[in-house]
Amino acid sequence: MNKKGGLAGYLFAAPGFLFFSFFLVYPLLRNFMFSFYDFKLTNLNEMTFIGFGNYLHVFQDSVFWISLRNIIIYGVISVPGQMILGFLVAYALHQNRRGVTAYRVFYFLPVITSWVVASLIFKFVFTDQGLLNYIITDALHLTSTTISWLSDPMKALLVISFLGIWKGVGWVMVIYLAALQGVPKELYEAASLDGCNGWQKIRYITLPAVRSTTLFIQLMLIIGAFNVFTSVYLVTNGGPMHETEVMLTWMYQKAFTEYDLGYASALSYVFAVLIACLTFIQFRLNKRD
Amino acid sequence: MRTLWKSIILYGLLTAGAVLSVYPLIYMLLTAFKPMTLLFEFPPKLIPSELTWDNFAEAWASQNFSIYMFNSVIVTIASFILIFALSAMLAFSFSRFQFRGKRMVFGILMGSLVIPSLTLIIPQFMLIRDLGLFDSHWGLITVYAAGGIPFTTFLLKGFFDSISRDIDESVEMDGGSAFKLFTAIILPLSKPAFVPATIFNALVIWEEFPWALTIINDPLKRTLPIALANFQGQYTTQWGIVFAGSLIAIVPIIVLFVLLQRYFVAGITAGAVKG
Repeated sequence: MNKKGGLAGYLFAAPGFLFFSFFLVYPLLRNFMFSFYDFKLTNLNEMTFIGFGNYLHVFQDSVFWISLRNIIIYGVISVPGQMILGFLVAYALHQNRRGVTAYRVFYFLPVITSWVVASLIFKFVFTDQGLLNYIITDALHLTSTTISWLSDPMKALLVISFLGIWKGVGWVMVIYLAALQGVPKELYEAASLDGCNGWQKIRYITLPAVRSTTLFIQLMLIIGAFNVFTSVYLVTNGGPMHETEVMLTWMYQKAFTEYDLGYASALSYVFAVLIACLTFIQFRLNKRD
Repeated sequence: MRTLWKSIILYGLLTAGAVLSVYPLIYMLLTAFKPMTLLFEFPPKLIPSELTWDNFAEAWASQNFSIYMFNSVIVTIASFILIFALSAMLAFSFSRFQFRGKRMVFGILMGSLVIPSLTLIIPQFMLIRDLGLFDSHWGLITVYAAGGIPFTTFLLKGFFDSISRDIDESVEMDGGSAFKLFTAIILPLSKPAFVPATIFNALVIWEEFPWALTIINDPLKRTLPIALANFQGQYTTQWGIVFAGSLIAIVPIIVLFVLLQRYFVAGITAGAVKG
């Protein structure tokens, strides 16, 4: 049946593709149109064409720049954090030592915990009367004043980055575990004979051997970092004074709290283009090496 | 002696990391079993002095988590049916037929994987509103299904491609139609491919938050993630009940994990591609 049966091919492809196009492609195109209009959720009958007005507004919007800064802070902390810890755990657990399966499960549990639940747990632990402040002030006596983790913007961003690391290490571990199976054992043996120590083996054998995996993980984590939404929305909701806003929470806020749909559409397009550029640059850089 | 010390340090670090990974979850468990009066007891005890099921009873019955669970199950199953039916047909078409525009159609599906789903929330909101599906489970199901189709199609196509075409020819010689080949041969042979697809879609749909938050208003139509978030936002948070509800919400995923552990790597790796 290969190489022929065009009609049957269309018939099988049509339902799924039409459904997909209607609920995903059509909205994507319509969003582009929306971004050139001024229109509000409170009065959907009135749409005014304003050209690039929304886009100009994006670049003059100080919260947009704050949200971009915050995403970069989040990425700079959480991406290397997840990669380094995830790699080390995978490296320690890929040989069949005693108890590795239990450890793998422990590190993996946060991955299958949903973002909503994980965010609620972190909010509870880092709240002013929470467990962490108890440990710092009353158990360890490191300081006598209560630290407001969630009302200071930089500290709150740190907490959200920790949450990202906590939730992501197990995922990085699982991907590296699969990759480490493919590194030939003989290479390590040869290196031992040449007198390499543990770090040298990692540096000169393991890391080069799993390089493509590292690039894949890095790409996924950077895209993931740009997509952070639920944790910020639930832990700080962008506050205080929009200081912890990230791009998606700001877009959401504009659309569904301030009802400015046209502007939020433009924000989402700027955001999508940023992600696309980032992905493209990464692919180019990876190809070059 | 040196290797012994190395082992001790290694296991020590691994254990410290594992404790940091698991302790927040244990803390949630303990808080859920703690009577409300002891929530911020001072000093906090590792094991609460008094354990109770009250929070679970309160969450399940008075706080309607039984309804939210039902809503989440309905939405997830209905989305699965749409995703699997439509994706399997698409994958079969891509795997077995040549037709004009095939590469473009496949390209559009795969290209959509790099688009962050949240950036579509405004036009999708307008569409669902225009269709009269606002504040209904169908508004969730249709959009979840559309989002699940590309990657599921990709997974299934890979599997269909690996099924020998000799089978196609024998069906054809017996006078069987393409539809027969699809339903009687390809689908039954492809059961293993549906496992990672199920895990991938289940993890995404079961915990989906922003879209449900946007289009569900009626408190009795809430799914678990928005019910939890909403309950947490009310007046003074009753954390014991929030975490009892959280545990109720993650039990199905834990069960899936225990049953299908060895497939989880494939499902998770698959999920990574969607971001």
